[in-house]
Amino acid sequence: MSLLIGALTIGFILSLLALGVLISFRIFSFPDITAEGSITLGAAVTAAMLVKGVNPLVATAAAVLSGFLAGAATGVLHTRFKINGLLSGILVMTSLYSINLHVMGRSNIPLMSARTLVTYAEHLGRLLLGGADNVSVAGWEVGARDVSVLGFSFVAALLVGLVLFTFFRTDLGTAMRATGDNSQMVRALGVSDADMIVFGLAVSNGLVGLAGALLAQYQGFADVQMGIGMLVWGLASVIIGEALVGVRQLGYLLAGAVMGSVLFRLMVAIALRWGLDPNDLKLITAAFVFVALILPGLVDKMRTRSAAHA
Amino acid sequence: MLSVQQVRKTFNPGTPNEVRSLQAVDLTLEEGSFVIIIGTNGSGKSTLLNAVAGTFLVDSGAILLAGRDVTAWPEYRRAGMIGRVFQNPFSGTAPNLSIAENLALAARRGLGRGLTWALNKKLRTEMRETVRSLGMGLEDRLDNIIGSLSGGQRQALTLLMATWLKPKLLLLDEHTAALDPKSADQVIHLSSQIILRDHLTTLMVTHSMQQAVNLGDRLIMMHRGRILHDFQGAEKRRLRVNDLLGRFEEVRRADLLDESAAEMLRRMYV
Ligand SMILES: Nc1ncnc2c1ncn2[C@@H]1O[C@H](COP(=O)(O)OP(=O)(O)OP(=O)(O)O)[C@@H](O)[C@H]1O
Ligand SMILES: [Mg+2]
Repeated sequence: MSLLIGALTIGFILSLLALGVLISFRIFSFPDITAEGSITLGAAVTAAMLVKGVNPLVATAAAVLSGFLAGAATGVLHTRFKINGLLSGILVMTSLYSINLHVMGRSNIPLMSARTLVTYAEHLGRLLLGGADNVSVAGWEVGARDVSVLGFSFVAALLVGLVLFTFFRTDLGTAMRATGDNSQMVRALGVSDADMIVFGLAVSNGLVGLAGALLAQYQGFADVQMGIGMLVWGLASVIIGEALVGVRQLGYLLAGAVMGSVLFRLMVAIALRWGLDPNDLKLITAAFVFVALILPGLVDKMRTRSAAHA
Repeated sequence: MLSVQQVRKTFNPGTPNEVRSLQAVDLTLEEGSFVIIIGTNGSGKSTLLNAVAGTFLVDSGAILLAGRDVTAWPEYRRAGMIGRVFQNPFSGTAPNLSIAENLALAARRGLGRGLTWALNKKLRTEMRETVRSLGMGLEDRLDNIIGSLSGGQRQALTLLMATWLKPKLLLLDEHTAALDPKSADQVIHLSSQIILRDHLTTLMVTHSMQQAVNLGDRLIMMHRGRILHDFQGAEKRRLRVNDLLGRFEEVRRADLLDESAAEMLRRMYV
């Protein structure tokens, strides 16, 4: 049971990553690998500040800001200096590796004794649950702490989703969505598509930084390697989410990304439980994304072929 | 309103694919004038409109719009003064956004964009009214995705978007060329209606001789990056389709003459 709760918690935390990837990949059609650096950056900044005793809220906000700047850097490389989008991301991601080591001062920071948002959530949960160590959920005895942290990560995902849903219906947010859809039109309507891309990637990586910050606080450490493969995980969540909701409408897409992330973590937990070698996880995820990306095209081709035969 | 002064644009300079698309073009438009541009394929009509809109910066010369020198302005900044409809119906709208959202974007052309709702009740009511005037039944489908509409419907909406806030200059580049005859008629009718109603200063490119003689108060014929003829006032009103065809024939003959002269020189000297 605690395995399930753990998977759900990580699913909600990483849904912030999925939402970030949704913005870069689906709204701007920009495969932004900066995410792999900025999730670590978020974790590194938060961890480095937490061990110095900085307030967890401030440390988490700093992670968002640093991710925001990383995304903006990729956007500037791409729009101002006309560097290929993927390459811009790779350049920033690679620089972030060194930056993250500098921020942390070493390759791993444990957060065992530090006060974090997670310890706050545990305190709050204890108050709400009346101080019990265990609570029963649908007949299962589960740790009160685990449930509190799950609730906290759920609220975080919900809040961020709502903020994005609101934002994308403002003038600025609508212009941003239109940029990915038709940049020529956006320019003709007086919006700098370059600025939109820079800002959009900044927002995307700000979310990814937040995911990193929460992940570090949840798992109790930050590690310089933790970003590897994260973009593909985010993509997998987005793709699963789209399959789940089936509609390409804003609210559904956002909800889908969160649900996709949670479902993906559950599937991973189950697969590992069944004895999947953890080393194979990234390979299998990549294969899954590959299939999901080519599947729609294949189906179309088969349809037109059978239509041509008919 | 618009003043194009000695504007030159060469694509791929210094390569075998070098094209001198605009060769010292001069053009001045009075406020409220409706100018038709015709010319053979590749004569530089679209390049001229793109130069004015700022799709690229020109090699030399100056472009003044409403008294301001916009020669160095990026496209999005000029857009505050310019409304545009493209030849391709897909170019003017964002397919995955709803009709209402597309119109809302147009309703803030050239204005700042902040964190206020893109759509509100007042704007929606206004949209319903305006879209109803198209007579296409789209007023009940404001929340539908634009990608689900036909080319004609999209082009009509793009026209509404381009003129939602009265532009200082309206640029129409063969905006009915991709439509079926009926939709093309509809969109042309709508265009001239809006242009006359709002007294819009307009540059309209067309390949339809019928449109060229029926619409506008001035007609410009381009050839090889230059303005070859410029008919205004009574002269424009007297023009008939046959006159225009005659001018095209002249151009064709001159080109042939050029080519045979070149051929002769080649034979003599090479
Ligand atoms: N972006 C570009 N890059 C290279 N060459 C270009 C570009 N745009 C236009 N040209 C060239 O400039 C010349 C003029 O093109 P333009 O599109 O202005 O012609 P047009 O008068 O609009 O023709 P049409 O009636 O076919 O639309 C053509 O030879 C074209 O190939
Ligand atoms: Mg053209």
